[in-house]
Amino acid sequence: MSNLVDRVLAIRRTVIRMCMGRGQGYAGQGLALAELVACLYFDELRPGRDRLVLSTGHSAIALFAALGELGVYELEELETYGMDGSRIEESPLEGTPGFEITGGSLGQGLSQAVGMALGERLHGRDGRVYCLLSDGELQEGQVWEAAMCAGHYRLDNLVALVDNNKMQADGATADVMTVEPIVDKFAAFGFGARRIDANDLDQVLDAFAWARREIGRPAAIVCETVPGKGVPSFEGYKKVHYIRAERAVWERALAELGG
Amino acid sequence: MKAASQPVVRQAPFGDALVALGARRPDVVVLSADLGKYTDLTPFAAAYPERFFQVGMAEANMMGVAGGLAKTGFLPFAVTYGVFATRRAYDQIAMALATGPSRGVVVAFLPGITTPFRATHQAIDDLALMRALPGMTVVDPADATELAAAVEAAAEHDGPVYLRGLRGGVAQLFDPQGFGLRLGEARMVLAGGEVALVSSGLGTQWALEAASVLEARGVRASLLHVPTLKPADGEAIADFCAAFEIVTTVENHSTVGGLGSVVAEALAARGVGTTVRRLGVPDRWAPAGSLDFVRGSLGLDAAGIADAAVVR
Repeated sequence: MSNLVDRVLAIRRTVIRMCMGRGQGYAGQGLALAELVACLYFDELRPGRDRLVLSTGHSAIALFAALGELGVYELEELETYGMDGSRIEESPLEGTPGFEITGGSLGQGLSQAVGMALGERLHGRDGRVYCLLSDGELQEGQVWEAAMCAGHYRLDNLVALVDNNKMQADGATADVMTVEPIVDKFAAFGFGARRIDANDLDQVLDAFAWARREIGRPAAIVCETVPGKGVPSFEGYKKVHYIRAERAVWERALAELGG
Repeated sequence: MKAASQPVVRQAPFGDALVALGARRPDVVVLSADLGKYTDLTPFAAAYPERFFQVGMAEANMMGVAGGLAKTGFLPFAVTYGVFATRRAYDQIAMALATGPSRGVVVAFLPGITTPFRATHQAIDDLALMRALPGMTVVDPADATELAAAVEAAAEHDGPVYLRGLRGGVAQLFDPQGFGLRLGEARMVLAGGEVALVSSGLGTQWALEAASVLEARGVRASLLHVPTLKPADGEAIADFCAAFEIVTTVENHSTVGGLGSVVAEALAARGVGTTVRRLGVPDRWAPAGSLDFVRGSLGLDAAGIADAAVVR
């Protein structure tokens, strides 16, 4: 656990460092997802067997930061996040190391995760597929086509992780288009579903253990996250969906994370 | 390649080709969005039930699921009607099957006006849409032989493929014995004529009918068949057309963005000044009805094409 706490902090620091170069990026999402990706990469995912599918391409920053911790990317390269010619794209495509699919055209990832779960089953392997999507994305109808399919095929090797950060491009999710009750919706499509505080490591680890025990149906974990988590000056910041700021602001954020 | 004068009809050539491919390639999986019976998938589903995935009436999800299967090492064939594959699931084909490195094959039935329904089912813009996708190979086979060969070629190809399907009783123009299809190659069907026809897909059947009408009128037609619209055989098209003042293109598709556009682009790029007369579905919604009726109303019946081909 202390290892995970360290990883979480390192991921958050990397997220800030990644945004400092251009002074902008999806830092809010990266900070919010630090516990979730730390638990995935450093506890839950079995390398070479399990897969993490990122549907919300814009949240790639969190994965990049964790992949940096894994040694897939050097910090120096991660600091080129979003720069011309860099492979550290704000919304990367399939083929970028660590990214299984082309996410970012929102609402499509869960379908591909369903296909992978079916593929793992057809291979006779025990690989598990984790799909990270977000609350705003649930407004896309394809998500529910995919959910129906996952329930129909009783894909107990599939876990939908819904980042319920309650924000989207045009404002608060609840104002733009209501997506709640998310747990009930996934349950209605045949998922075992529960809600957790995904900025709490214990709750994340417990939820993953619970998902592994779900037999005969897919699991959905509605992950309550706080955009900008860990950086008090970003938590509650109105424009946290995409942060543009002077270098001093990023330096202060880094300081708030303990340097 | 000679065209048979009285084409025989083969039943469900796509279904047979897919079963044969499935026997040889254990990585081939097939997906249907509630149109399995209507896209000749029953034989594959019966032969390899574990490799057949019914996803219900949800084409967007089907393309995504196909993409996921591709990423676990399978070669997915996502099969539905052309309108639903392209208009409804364009973004999903692009993102899940065409950004690579994994890839899939989309097979689209009811091409063009081969449906009794109107705008809802007439896939008259699918080739234009798919041609615009980076790296997408686009194939519109003319007959049962070419469709079967295209299934094999698509499976071997290194990249995503959009293949138009023909279902049920499908005319066999080309002798399957020794038949080979190389994606991107045009096929000379009739040479030495006074008027020129360039066609693709079912348009090649129609062009052959028109050639017979012309022959009865004492006019010989040359005919170049272009099964692969992308990458198109621009050299062969230009070489063929350069000998004529006017060529008439015949396609089962809108005259916008399909074969007519392919030919015009090929000629313009090579400085060939041949006039391109495009026959197909004009820029309006075609009527509903039997294939004969719709063809006649669009001037795509044999006599209509023959008449158009000789206008100077």
